[in-house]
Amino acid sequence: MSEGNTAAQSYAPGTHPDLPAPIRTTGPVAWVRMNLFSSPLNVALTLVAIGLLWWVMPPLFEWIVLDSVWTAESRKECWDKMEVPEGGACWAFIKDRLRLFVYGFYPQASRWRVNLSFVLLAMAVVPVLYDKMPGRKFGLWYAVAFPFIAGWLLVGGLGLTPVDTDQFGGILLTLIIGVTGISFSLPIGILLALGRRSKMPVMRILCVMFIEFIRGVPLIALLFIASSMLNFFLPPGTVFDLLIRVLIMVTLFAAAYIAEVVRGGLQGIPIGQFEAADSLGLTYVKAQMLIILPQALKISIPGIVNTFIGLYKDTTLVLIIGMLDPLGIGRASLADAVWAGLSREVYLFVALFFFVCCFSMSRYSLYLERKLHTGH
Amino acid sequence: MRPLNVLAASVAVAALTVAGAASAGTLDDVKARGVLRCVVSTGIAGFAYPDANGVWKGFDIDFCRATAAAVLGDPTKIKAVTSTGKTRFTLLNAGEGDVLWRNTTITFSRDVGVKLRFHGVNYYDGQGFMVKKALGVTCATQLDGASICIQTGTTTELNLADYFHANGMKYEAVTIETNDEARQNYISGRCDVYTTDASGLAATRSTFTDPDNHIVLPEIISKEPLGPATRQGDAQWSDIITWVLNATITAEEKGITQANLDSMKSSKDPEVLRLLGVEGSQGVELGLSKDWAYNIIKAVGNYGEIFERNIGVNTPIGLERGLNALWTDGGLQYTPPFR
Repeated sequence: MSEGNTAAQSYAPGTHPDLPAPIRTTGPVAWVRMNLFSSPLNVALTLVAIGLLWWVMPPLFEWIVLDSVWTAESRKECWDKMEVPEGGACWAFIKDRLRLFVYGFYPQASRWRVNLSFVLLAMAVVPVLYDKMPGRKFGLWYAVAFPFIAGWLLVGGLGLTPVDTDQFGGILLTLIIGVTGISFSLPIGILLALGRRSKMPVMRILCVMFIEFIRGVPLIALLFIASSMLNFFLPPGTVFDLLIRVLIMVTLFAAAYIAEVVRGGLQGIPIGQFEAADSLGLTYVKAQMLIILPQALKISIPGIVNTFIGLYKDTTLVLIIGMLDPLGIGRASLADAVWAGLSREVYLFVALFFFVCCFSMSRYSLYLERKLHTGH
Repeated sequence: MRPLNVLAASVAVAALTVAGAASAGTLDDVKARGVLRCVVSTGIAGFAYPDANGVWKGFDIDFCRATAAAVLGDPTKIKAVTSTGKTRFTLLNAGEGDVLWRNTTITFSRDVGVKLRFHGVNYYDGQGFMVKKALGVTCATQLDGASICIQTGTTTELNLADYFHANGMKYEAVTIETNDEARQNYISGRCDVYTTDASGLAATRSTFTDPDNHIVLPEIISKEPLGPATRQGDAQWSDIITWVLNATITAEEKGITQANLDSMKSSKDPEVLRLLGVEGSQGVELGLSKDWAYNIIKAVGNYGEIFERNIGVNTPIGLERGLNALWTDGGLQYTPPFR
């Protein structure tokens, strides 16, 4: 009988269909075994982590979501609506101040210009980030022109009502400083890195001096110089906009760091690549553009994005020289006696804003690394 | 060494030329610009804060508006130059603001060392202590051994050390950076006592869920006269700021309010008539219009009205007039006569 069975299910060599993998190596059960309970130490760590989450998450979730109040006119009203005063988040405060957080002190009548700039920014960013976009060449030219278009839109003149830059604030200010710093510091940083490795002594010494000076001084000190000392160097009567001064300082600061990151990338390129470029008879510019920089920049991506994220978060430092970025707007709003005392809501909101921005940058850099990973 | 010398010399020359330019008539600059730039804080409860539409409000802001009303005839023609405690004087001295209305204590070193001109006191403050009622403390001399929340880098830190040393007491300082941080630390019990200017204590206390369980001790351990400042070397502009402040206080003395302003124009009191520009030429002597003080009171009211609107007992801050009552009511607010 058993012989009969085996005969019915016999296969010629090599024709047996694939059996499903054992249950213990696939599916969620296996994932949990592999990742959470693979050794006694991991079992202990998993249990501790679950315990911590159990301890922290429910009250946090309750405070942020379940017991939160979304509509109120004052802190008092917010707290009156809760079972326990301060027992939940008072998001009504953030809602009330949202426009202040986004636009700062930008004149109400002209806020469509800010909105338009945000849309144009999104349109400029897409062709830069994704090379599969149709019509990308046109998009890139537009991206180069964008800072000037946005500058005109935001500052005004040439037909638009002028708006002083000290009216800028909140997310608008962060984006202006962040985007300007990021887009201008990369080319400047690359040039500085090449200059530092140049064989021309004057060029090299100038670049080294610049990089080491900037890296040796804290950004706050540079911002103070921008805000208070530069006036004394300039001819009397020149009105040199504070925002422009800050933009220059932030860009130069980031450029020095980018230069060092790119230099690291350049040093990671085998000498053979340089010699190969030379032996092909390429000029210096062509060798850099076609052979060296594409490889060096690829290696430098994590470092470059790291610098960008740092730069973006450092924009909150302008608070110290009296410019109101989202954090500054939040603190200033806390001085309104109607709402004062809701600092946790403000800091959470600002943290969320920065996290979303920085996390997106970080994910994009991972995507870029995978895409450019051609293997050596 | 030589390049450094050259650099130092050029800095000095540049500084001198800037200083020279700055002294050439702030009044004319403001009139030409059409906007008054006030150096204000980035946010102090009751004194300066933006509302939901980004319009600045508060006690100091109202004085800024008063100045704009006097000089330009329009209280909305102001620009708030936000400054931190660290940048306020450099902003003013670098000419990026015309006048400083920023909760600033008048001290010798600021008047003489930082080369500012102060123009009277718009708020008499002083450092106090706040404790939880449950502690059972009723006066500051019982605070021996207490842990105290205090903002770093302020005069309050030095005052505290002096006071405890003078009374032979010890304390444990919990240093914090901002008022919010102090609030959190104090509520969570990291410190028993919070010390800062009494106005700040009242403002902080008003944000508690249980303000009645906390008391501000009666002792005030320092003098903190807060007042407006300008750059040295512009006598006309200094006079204007001085008399803008005096006008609001005199108006309260004489009972002139936003409401009865127009009927006061037919008052029998010659000083009222001089103040409101019906008689005399005081506005013109200041380089302003005849109705400069009329414009101030129309825009923001008299001193008492400014006080009650922003920080008085009916606001969330809930400050008593105290030292800031008129001298006729037992306070310190007193102005020279308009004569």
